[in-house]
Amino acid sequence: MTPLLEIENLRVSFPTTQGRIEVVKGVSFTLGRERLGIVGESGSGKSMTGRAILRLIRSPGEVTAERMMFDGTDLLSRSERAMRPLRGARMSMIMQDPKFSLNPVMTVGAQIAEAVRAHESVPRRALANRVREMLEAVRINDPDRVARMYPHEVSGGMGQRVMIAMMLIPRPDLLIADEPTSALDVSVQAQVLDLIDELIVNNGMGLLLISHDLNLVARYCDRILVMNSGEVVESCDAADLHAATHPYTRGLLAAIPRIDETRDVLPVLDRSAWSGT
Amino acid sequence: MPIDFRSRDGILRFFRVLTGFVLTIALTFLGLLAITFFIGRVVPIDPVLAVVGDRATQEQYDAMKIAMGLDRPLILQFVSYVGDVVQGDLGRSVSTNRLVAEDLARVFPATLEMATIGIIIGVGLGVPMGVTAAAHQGSWLDQGIRVLALLGYSVPAFWLGLVGLALFYASLGWVSGPGRVDIFYDGVVDPVTGLLLVDSILAGDWEVFRNALSHLVLPAAILGFFSLAYIARMTRSFMLDQLGQEYITTARVKGVSEWRVIWVHAFAPIRVPLITVIGLSYAGLLEGSVMIETVFSWPGIGNYLTVALLNADMNAVLGATLIIGAVFIGINKTSDVLYRVLDPRST
Repeated sequence: MTPLLEIENLRVSFPTTQGRIEVVKGVSFTLGRERLGIVGESGSGKSMTGRAILRLIRSPGEVTAERMMFDGTDLLSRSERAMRPLRGARMSMIMQDPKFSLNPVMTVGAQIAEAVRAHESVPRRALANRVREMLEAVRINDPDRVARMYPHEVSGGMGQRVMIAMMLIPRPDLLIADEPTSALDVSVQAQVLDLIDELIVNNGMGLLLISHDLNLVARYCDRILVMNSGEVVESCDAADLHAATHPYTRGLLAAIPRIDETRDVLPVLDRSAWSGT
Repeated sequence: MPIDFRSRDGILRFFRVLTGFVLTIALTFLGLLAITFFIGRVVPIDPVLAVVGDRATQEQYDAMKIAMGLDRPLILQFVSYVGDVVQGDLGRSVSTNRLVAEDLARVFPATLEMATIGIIIGVGLGVPMGVTAAAHQGSWLDQGIRVLALLGYSVPAFWLGLVGLALFYASLGWVSGPGRVDIFYDGVVDPVTGLLLVDSILAGDWEVFRNALSHLVLPAAILGFFSLAYIARMTRSFMLDQLGQEYITTARVKGVSEWRVIWVHAFAPIRVPLITVIGLSYAGLLEGSVMIETVFSWPGIGNYLTVALLNADMNAVLGATLIIGAVFIGINKTSDVLYRVLDPRST
């Protein structure tokens, strides 16, 4: 069976006044119907990797790769128009902050329905039913009322549930979740992630979870890639994260505070250990 | 929050909102009246002198001053002025020797007609141009539209008017020359609304309609070009702002067509700021462009106000200022109502 996603030597660059700067420098991985986590600090290129897969990097940004296959078809050679049937319908992305990622002047219901209507023509009534079912699936009580609300009228946690509903309603095979909980309160973070996890596992989808939170990724993913300044520095099973060998990963792990610890000072990353400067 | 007309509370709320609305308009208008009135009295122009001329004797002068009511305290003058205005009496113009209200009923529709056609051209072309430029940022299309908009900002109105007349009227003969209508057709249709195009349609006189349109099209197109320049630039910058937002990426992730991304997702949120821009441009056109009205011998309010100012015809100046102020108030209030309709976030 071909893997869902095969990426080989993915590079993303942007022009600056000092010439082109590569933000992703040759990332390779494959993803089946499993949960893969990408962790790294801000600017490590993890979000850019996610967006490059959906071909969302717009000019003047540039994406190159030796291989970028989704379910046996080449992504790189597709035109913008040819990407459209894939986007949403086969691979989808949950964005970071529902405050900014939902259109402020469209009702929640209309935005969810649009995700279906972009790919198939469904009669009005059947569409409304499907939206209601999807809202129920993301644990929204009173889905009919919520469907008529505007994004500014819902809370952050509810907004992110709406986002999940919108991205999963066309039943895609691959979901990219780009920091899906970093804009939410800690108390709702776990609820939202449990929900994503449940829907992914039940539907047999692939998940690419992008986060800066090592613990969170270790808990919700099968495998983990650790990225630093555009490169994958470590790749391991989630269960073996504690046995990571790269000094960057070790440094990150050591910097996680524990509730029962007695350390007065948290260690600082010693970047000279891997960058060689 | 939308008003629910089915409930008693909803209806009460509607009337409360309506009362507040009418009150603000009335207060704003009163403020406008006060400012125009007192400015009219403070300027170093002697309205009495304007009437009697500089060879009148002191007795004639004093008699006229009392007849005009100018010997009374300012505040009393203001009160009676407000009373007159409310009854539609704006006084008599010294230069035309007609009632100012009658004069305005004649000149304002001329400007209204030209400005309305102008703003329709400006919006009809400017908005799509701005959106297209933003959607193709950096392309030759964008550059072309930006140059056109820059021209609209920098070309003087009178020059464009003269060149337009020389080319389209004198050389090519595509349009009619200055004035609202050929003398032959002047006064043929009854002035019901004062808008020649509308009046000729009402009278069913298509010959007059065609002639009036051929007179109107060039000055209106030039006005339209100026508002187009402004509207296209503003639309472009609003759109660029929207196209950088996260929810545009969301729409693309869903696989929505690019046309829908631009015209539904990015355009819908800019309608509110766009209404402000369009409203202000329209109000600016309704003030009457003195340059265009002069070049095209257009008997509009810009021309009327300029002549009145030069003749120290204070009643006419105040009357015209009031009309322009009322237009601004009207357009602002209309924009307010449209905001509420178009933006779910406003209450």
